[in-house]
Amino acid sequence: MAGTGKAHLSQGETVLRIEDLFVEFPVGRSGLKVSAVAGISIDVREGETLGLVGESGCGKSTLGKAIMQIVRANSGHVMFGDIDLMTLQGEELRQTRPRLQMIFQDPISSLNPRRRVGKIVREGLDIWKIGDEASRQAKVLEVLEVVGIDAEAAIGRRPHEFSGGQCQRISIARAVATEPRVIICDEPVSALDVSVQAQILNLLEDMKARYGLTLVFIAHDLAVVKNISDRVAVMYLGKLCEIATPDDLYASPAHPYTAALLSAIPVADPEVNPTLRGGVGGEIPSPLAPPSGCRFRTRCPLATEKCAEEEPQIQEIRPNHFVACHFPLAEGQELPALEANIA
Amino acid sequence: MSAESFAESSATTPSSDAPLLVVNNLKTYFKTDRGLVRAVDGVSFTLERGRTLGVVGESGSGKTVLARSIMGLLPKRDVERSGSVKFEGVELVGADNSLMAQYWGDQMAMVFQDPMTSLNPVMRVGKQITEGLRQHLDISKDHANQTALALLSSVGIPEPERRLRQYPHEMSGGMRQRVMIAIAIACGPKLLFADEPTTALDVTVQAQILDLLQTQQRDRYMAMILVTHDLGVVAGRTDEIAVMYAGKIVEKAPTKVLFSNLRHPYTEALLSSIPKISDPSHTRLKTIGGRPPNLINPPTGCKFSPRCAYATDKCRTEEPPLSAPDSDGHQFSCWFPVELSAKQTSGVR
Repeated sequence: MAGTGKAHLSQGETVLRIEDLFVEFPVGRSGLKVSAVAGISIDVREGETLGLVGESGCGKSTLGKAIMQIVRANSGHVMFGDIDLMTLQGEELRQTRPRLQMIFQDPISSLNPRRRVGKIVREGLDIWKIGDEASRQAKVLEVLEVVGIDAEAAIGRRPHEFSGGQCQRISIARAVATEPRVIICDEPVSALDVSVQAQILNLLEDMKARYGLTLVFIAHDLAVVKNISDRVAVMYLGKLCEIATPDDLYASPAHPYTAALLSAIPVADPEVNPTLRGGVGGEIPSPLAPPSGCRFRTRCPLATEKCAEEEPQIQEIRPNHFVACHFPLAEGQELPALEANIA
Repeated sequence: MSAESFAESSATTPSSDAPLLVVNNLKTYFKTDRGLVRAVDGVSFTLERGRTLGVVGESGSGKTVLARSIMGLLPKRDVERSGSVKFEGVELVGADNSLMAQYWGDQMAMVFQDPMTSLNPVMRVGKQITEGLRQHLDISKDHANQTALALLSSVGIPEPERRLRQYPHEMSGGMRQRVMIAIAIACGPKLLFADEPTTALDVTVQAQILDLLQTQQRDRYMAMILVTHDLGVVAGRTDEIAVMYAGKIVEKAPTKVLFSNLRHPYTEALLSSIPKISDPSHTRLKTIGGRPPNLINPPTGCKFSPRCAYATDKCRTEEPPLSAPDSDGHQFSCWFPVELSAKQTSGVR
C-alpha cells in the first residue's frame, strides 16, 4: 500500500494542511537518497488529535519535524492557517514558533541540564516579551501547577533532580506556556513506564481541553494512539496507508498493513494464543530502494502483480475511512496468516 | 562461600531429581555514595525443567538485577549478594568466575535487551556463535561452523551462509536479536534468560522474536525466565508470572490465575494503567499516583503503601509477607488483597 492522493483531505477549515510533502536525505557521498517522506498529504482539524503510527523508519518523526520546519522538506506545502510555512524563512518563520510547539521523546535530554526549571518554562515568554515581569512569573507558576508539578519548589531546581515522568510534565508546561495552537508530540510517552505513561496521556487530554489545543501525536504504540486520537493515520515507508477514526480503524482495518500491525500487538490476556494470530513476516525494506507500486507489497499476503505495477491511490471506502490499497479488506475480513512467518 | 566449599557442596549435592533452579531469599545490594541500594531484597522461587516464568515490573523494580544475580553476572566491587541460588542442586552464590564459566553458555544463557551493544561489533557473526560451541563442546572447527549454520537457519535467518560472514552492523535489529538467540541456545542450555528481548524492536518484529523464543524453548525443553515491563508480552507465553516491586516479588501465580484472579493492588494498578486496544478512544486511563520508591530509603511497611489506594496504617508500619501458595499456586504479599467483586467494580481509585 502506501499510496498517494488527496481524497481524504477535508474541504472545510483546517489548522494544518500538508500537501504532497517530500523529504529526502542524501546518504553520505554515494549520491543515493532516502525518501523519508514520499508524497504525503494530510490535514489536521481545529481541536482534534491526529495520531500518526507506523514502525520505526516509516517517516513519522520526519513528518513531524518537517511540519515544524526543523527539517526542511524538498517539496510540498505545509499550510498553517493560511500561511505556507514552506515559503517562510528567517524572521518570518520564527514568528510562527510560539503558535506551533513540539514535545520530544526523551524528556531528560530535551531540557537544558544547566538551567533551572523556572527559566526553562519561562524562556519562550521572555523571548516573545509576552506580558510584564509579574505576569510571566504568574504564567510559569500556573502552567507548572497545571501539569502537576509543585511550582514553588520546582522553579529553582534543575532537570536532573526530576524523574523522567516529571521532566515530561515540565516539557509539556514549556510547550503550552506561549499558548500555541498546535503541539506536535513526537513519541512523548515511549520512554516512560506504563504507570507514568497513563498519567502523561491523561494530562495531555486535560491540557487539550484546558487550552483548546490541536495535537499531532506521533507514536509506534497502537494502543496509546487509539486512546488519545480523534483520527489515526497509519504510515509505511514514507507513505500513508490508511486514515480513519480510531474506533473504526481498529475494529475493521482495511489496509493489510494496519491489520498486520494490529494482530502483532501483544494482548494482556492469557486466553489469546499469540502464535495463532495473523501477522507479517520479514522487516521493513530499505528506504533506499523502496519496492515499486505499493510499498507494502513485499510483505503483504494479498499482493498481486497489479500491486507491483501501480501505486494505489487513497480512496474513501466508508464515510471518513480512507485507504490506499488495491484490495482493501472488507469489514470483518481477516488477514490470512503468512506461511513464510518463519519464527 | 569459597571455591573449595563450592566444589565440596557440588560433589555431595548435585542431583538430576532436584528442581532445575531454586532461588531462596536472594538479596543483591549495591553500595553507592548515596547509600545501599536494595535492588533485589529477598526473592525466592523454584523453576522446574522446561517451564517458563515471566518476571514483570516497572523500571527500577529489580527484575534485571534479579536475572543477572541468578546468573552471577554482577560487577565484582561494591555488591553484596546473599541467599541461595541452586542450579540442579548446586549452590551458585559464592561460586567464583572460573566455576561459573562452566555454567555460562553451557547450562544457562541470556538474551539481552539491546542486540547492538551486546554483540561484538568487530567480530563476524559466525565466529561469535562458534566461540561458545568450541569452548564448551570440544568439537572441531568444521563441526562448529556446520552447527552455527544450522542454528542460524533454525532462528529464521535467510541465507545463513552469507550471514555467518557478516558483522552485526550489517544486520537489522530483528536479525541481530535472532543472532543473539542463536548464540544463547548454541550449547543447548537448560535455562534461558531473556531480559526485555523485544523492547528495542518494532511491534511486528517483536511478535516474530517472541514466537521464535517460544518455539525454541519448547523444542529444546529449556526453562525460560522472560523479564519484561509489558504484561502483554508474558500473557500468552509463560506458565507462571512473578510481579516485582521494589526488589521483592509481590505476587506470583500461574499465568491464567494471575490474570483472572489477581490479588495484589499493584498488579491490578499496573494492568489497568495500560491502554487497551479494545477500549474506545479517549477512555480515561486509571493511573497509579506517585512513582516507584527509592531503593536506598524504601518506605516502611508495605513498599507499595504510599501509592496504594487501599493502604491503611497497618500497611504503612508492618510489611506483609509473601503468602504460602494456595491450591492454585497463587502467592501474594498484601494485608488487604483485592477481592474479585471489588476488582470488577472499582479498580484503582
